[in-house]
Amino acid sequence: MDAGNTAWVLISTALVFIMTPAVGFFYGGMLGKKNVLSILGQCIIIIGMVTLIWVTVGFTLAFGGFGNALIGNFDWVMLNGVGIEPLAPYDLTSIPGILFMMFQGMFAIIAVALIIGGVAERMRLKALIIFLFIWTLLVYIPVAHWVWGGGWIAQLGALDFAGGTVVHITAGVSVLAAVIILGKRVSLSNGGTEQPHNIPFVVLGGALLWIGWFGFNGGSALAADGIAANAFVVTMVAAATAAVVWGLVNWLHLGRPGVLGMISGAIAGLVAITPACGYVNVTGAILIGMGAGVFCYGGILIKRRFSYDDALDVFGVHGIGGTWGAIATGLFATGTLASTSKGLLYGGGFALLGAQIIAVMAVYAFAFGVTFLALYAMKKVMAIRVSKEEERIGADIIQHGENAYS
Amino acid sequence: MKKIEAIIRPEKLGVVKHALEEIGLHAMTTYDVQGRGEQKGLEFTHRVGKFRVDMLPKIKIEIVLDDAKLEDAVNVICSMARTGEVGDGKIFIIPVERVVKVRTGEIEP
Repeated sequence: MDAGNTAWVLISTALVFIMTPAVGFFYGGMLGKKNVLSILGQCIIIIGMVTLIWVTVGFTLAFGGFGNALIGNFDWVMLNGVGIEPLAPYDLTSIPGILFMMFQGMFAIIAVALIIGGVAERMRLKALIIFLFIWTLLVYIPVAHWVWGGGWIAQLGALDFAGGTVVHITAGVSVLAAVIILGKRVSLSNGGTEQPHNIPFVVLGGALLWIGWFGFNGGSALAADGIAANAFVVTMVAAATAAVVWGLVNWLHLGRPGVLGMISGAIAGLVAITPACGYVNVTGAILIGMGAGVFCYGGILIKRRFSYDDALDVFGVHGIGGTWGAIATGLFATGTLASTSKGLLYGGGFALLGAQIIAVMAVYAFAFGVTFLALYAMKKVMAIRVSKEEERIGADIIQHGENAYS
Repeated sequence: MKKIEAIIRPEKLGVVKHALEEIGLHAMTTYDVQGRGEQKGLEFTHRVGKFRVDMLPKIKIEIVLDDAKLEDAVNVICSMARTGEVGDGKIFIIPVERVVKVRTGEIEP
């Protein structure tokens, strides 16, 4: 057991946990005032549900059976065999197995929570819970195994240090499929727009996400070492760059830099650095942050031309940001940090970049397909949307019987 | 001079505003309001019984305009704000005695 590594991963686990309530405020502030409680409530529901899935079967299906191409096994059901001693083969940094389990569990929780921003204001709570249960088991857990459990993407040589593909691409792409099935909100039916009801909440949630991300990325080293320090620093640099670039693009485009935009830019930068943070240096981080600001801003502009209603731009920020980060890892990996694979611009040729692109395309197809089929099937047997009247009154009263502001 | 007080569904504000602009009516005041009609709000059924939301969110638009434009304005609001379902709202038309412009003190016709 390594005391220093254990201490850092304990703290990081708590930091990643705080990202889920933070997402509640980040998203809740962007919604109308009649739907803010529903998002905060859904975050609590997800924390409860995914924790229980994770300790019963989730962890063993994602991380058991190391080297299985597609899915783990049931060796560690109910965490049988996962204890206070380091857990092979995840014991390289000598942290307790049960701590490794919980650190990874926090990632599952935040990944699931990202989805609710896309389907907000119109999905029935019961249908949402069933869908998120299915999604955790059939989308998140398999992809986590492919990338981190020694599955086929890991064997391919693709890199994803802290979950750009596993967390952000899966959530972002799944939202795209979900909103196609769900349709638009009533408030947008005549070309109307929904105004954010509390931008200070968005900044508060975004700031907490930013803090949490130091644990998300820095903790993914699973050690208190130089790789963790590098991840921490490039996380800060990419987020700062993306916030500035988003603000500048916004300033040039519309004449004024919006506060909502700048904090969204920071989140886009955090998303994009996530897969790369164990492999790139500060130069790479600045370029990744610049790309995140420009591509995510552009992606959200392009979205307005399509008729789908991704309420809080989960695809625009997490889908596009995660995709850029995965590809940027193939461009900027130095080969001197957590992996010896070099990116295209560091003399590694197309090997790593190619693996990254294959991994991204496979996860796109898988997450989109499974989500689409799951919701399509659910729509056949149950109501997945609230009625128009319920939507006009708002999810807080209709689904929870409470008002956020009286 | 007349004043229109129109209660409409919140999501219809954008199209109503746009249509009023098209017939030359630019000035207006809007409020978020809560209210109910003859049905006393809406009743919903859930697993453990029924619950009622007795005040529903609406938007109120106030427009002061010349009598000559009144019929056009009423027609525009009706046609743009209508869904055909209960809860589309109401329009009240009220005579206005005087309109005074604060900046100049002038009494508008």
